[in-house]
Amino acid sequence: MKELKIDVAVIGGGPAGLAAAIEAKDQGAEQVMILERDVELGGILQQCIHDGFGLHRFGKRLSGCGYAHHFIESVASKEIDVKLKTIVLEITDQRIIYAMNEIDGMMRIECGAIILAMGCRERTRSQVFIWGTRPSGVLTAGTVQRYINMEGYLPGEKAVILGSGDIGLIMARRMTLEGIEVEGVYEVMESPGGLTRNISQCLKDFQIPMYLSTTVVRIHGNRKLEGVTVAQVDENRQPIEGTERYIACDLLVLAVGLIPENELSRQLEVEMDPRTKGPIVDEHFMTSMPGIFAAGNVVTVFDLVDYVSLTGEIAGRGAAKYLQGKLNLELPAKDILPGDAVNFVVPQRIRTANAEDSILIYFRVKEEMRKVEVTATVDGEVCMRKKHPIALPPEMMVEKIQVGKIQEDARELRVSVKVG
Amino acid sequence: MKNEFTCIVCPMSCVLTVEEQNGEITVLGNGCKRGKEFGKNEFINPKRMVTTTVKVTGSHLNRLPVISTEELPLDHLFAYMHELYQVVLEAPVEKGQIIIENIGGSGVDIVASRSLNQIESKKERA
Ligand SMILES: Cc1cc2nc3c(=O)[nH]c(=O)nc-3n(C[C@H](O)[C@H](O)[C@H](O)COP(=O)(O)OP(=O)(O)OC[C@H]3O[C@@H](n4cnc5c(N)ncnc54)[C@H](O)[C@@H]3O)c2cc1C
Ligand code: SF4
Repeated sequence: MKELKIDVAVIGGGPAGLAAAIEAKDQGAEQVMILERDVELGGILQQCIHDGFGLHRFGKRLSGCGYAHHFIESVASKEIDVKLKTIVLEITDQRIIYAMNEIDGMMRIECGAIILAMGCRERTRSQVFIWGTRPSGVLTAGTVQRYINMEGYLPGEKAVILGSGDIGLIMARRMTLEGIEVEGVYEVMESPGGLTRNISQCLKDFQIPMYLSTTVVRIHGNRKLEGVTVAQVDENRQPIEGTERYIACDLLVLAVGLIPENELSRQLEVEMDPRTKGPIVDEHFMTSMPGIFAAGNVVTVFDLVDYVSLTGEIAGRGAAKYLQGKLNLELPAKDILPGDAVNFVVPQRIRTANAEDSILIYFRVKEEMRKVEVTATVDGEVCMRKKHPIALPPEMMVEKIQVGKIQEDARELRVSVKVG
Repeated sequence: MKNEFTCIVCPMSCVLTVEEQNGEITVLGNGCKRGKEFGKNEFINPKRMVTTTVKVTGSHLNRLPVISTEELPLDHLFAYMHELYQVVLEAPVEKGQIIIENIGGSGVDIVASRSLNQIESKKERA
């Protein structure tokens, strides 16, 4: 087995991993290595050919691959080691990585710090539980995206989309442009899962109907998909009898959500947050295990690549500081908690003495609210207030908090949202 | 005349109220100045960025993603797509390389939105 020793290993070469590697290098880490299982860097962005990326960071409307290109070029210019077609199999709490590829075979890599940036993956049919046969033609939206945008073939002629997540909406437009008839988008919940802008530019522009509180109850066809039955659902998400409708189609696209890819993190037994489905992280996006950091969609599904890159930078900076002994881990960490109407917060912990002047807190609300006020409280005392016209569950919110406002001896910071 | 649109320029998705009075168009609800412009355009002549893929040979991928250098009228989207379907390229392709100049006489170019290298085996044979 090949043995290597490096300063910072980044697992995953998507936007989170790329930003983390660049920042760790810029902050003085010497040997930085990205381990990526795909044949190229960029992660999910390489299949996102649509625009809408990087407006805030680059002031330009880039496609996902265009956005990734900036970071890939930057990595190439910085003496960062990149190992492609390399899969990480195991990480130990001693910061040892076991990975393999065709050229090096099995590798044992001793690391000063590790950054987890494995991204997320799509929920599949087994996680949404649909009755019926198991014919071909039932695919996740991301798979359809990869087939059409990278591999260049069309997986069907007439599609039904289940779920109104962003990837499904984007693919509704994409399939329409490629000549696949999109019959409609069916969403079991009362409100859409994707961003309003995507409903507008992907469905309304093409007159594709969306049916809320409606789901696919049955799949038909033996070897090849022949059709689906949809039905409306009641408050308990149970199909309402008599509302069933059969739709002939040869493609069922599932856009039923994403889950962080955390097999490695779980194996490692870092503390996980059941709400985010990712590791609990502190102000530097360090997990509960010293020297092991996490960034991007592995922490929680961020949706926005701008946020993903930011968390990568924070983790990269954290890894460099950790190596330089600048993070005092003896200090007790304060909890950052979700308050009223808030589903989760990221990061979940902070050591104020280690933190920078301000900290960004990401969170999602539980339900749609208008004219809201976000407050952050330190042991019950308000330290930040901000008003917003609207708060929606599909849209991640972020607030900046001045660390100086959190007293040394405080126990917790809580983020709440209320109407008013 | 008054109309409501969702600004699609960035993911903030601001809800814009656009109103025309005596030939003057006002936009409300925009979170930044880009939204104002979007609202006006949406009212007069809706435009979108065009993104799709074109056929490419000799690379590890079969499709090359392309993007318009500016927004194009939504009305002509399918005509632009038709023009793009005719394109067949050979790798290597550089990001930013012009794929179709002045598409449909619009004054806007379609460019490659990533680079694609030639695959090794192909290089050797050449
Ligand atoms: C279809 C779709 C549309 C989107 N649209 C938008 C949009 O319009 N605007 C926007 O701002 N954002 C959008 N996003 C979100 C954005 O693309 C993601 O948030 C971003 O790519 C997440 O970055 P990441 O680095 O965390 O993960 P990823 O991009 O998923 O990268 C993770 C990488 O880790 C690698 N990896 C995983 N496990 C291992 C292992 N064990 N060993 C080695 N490598 C491993 C994977 O191969 C992958 O390359 C979209 C996402 C999707 C899926
Ligand atoms: S108005 Fe500005 S902030 Fe609001 S969605 Fe449009 S571009 Fe984004």
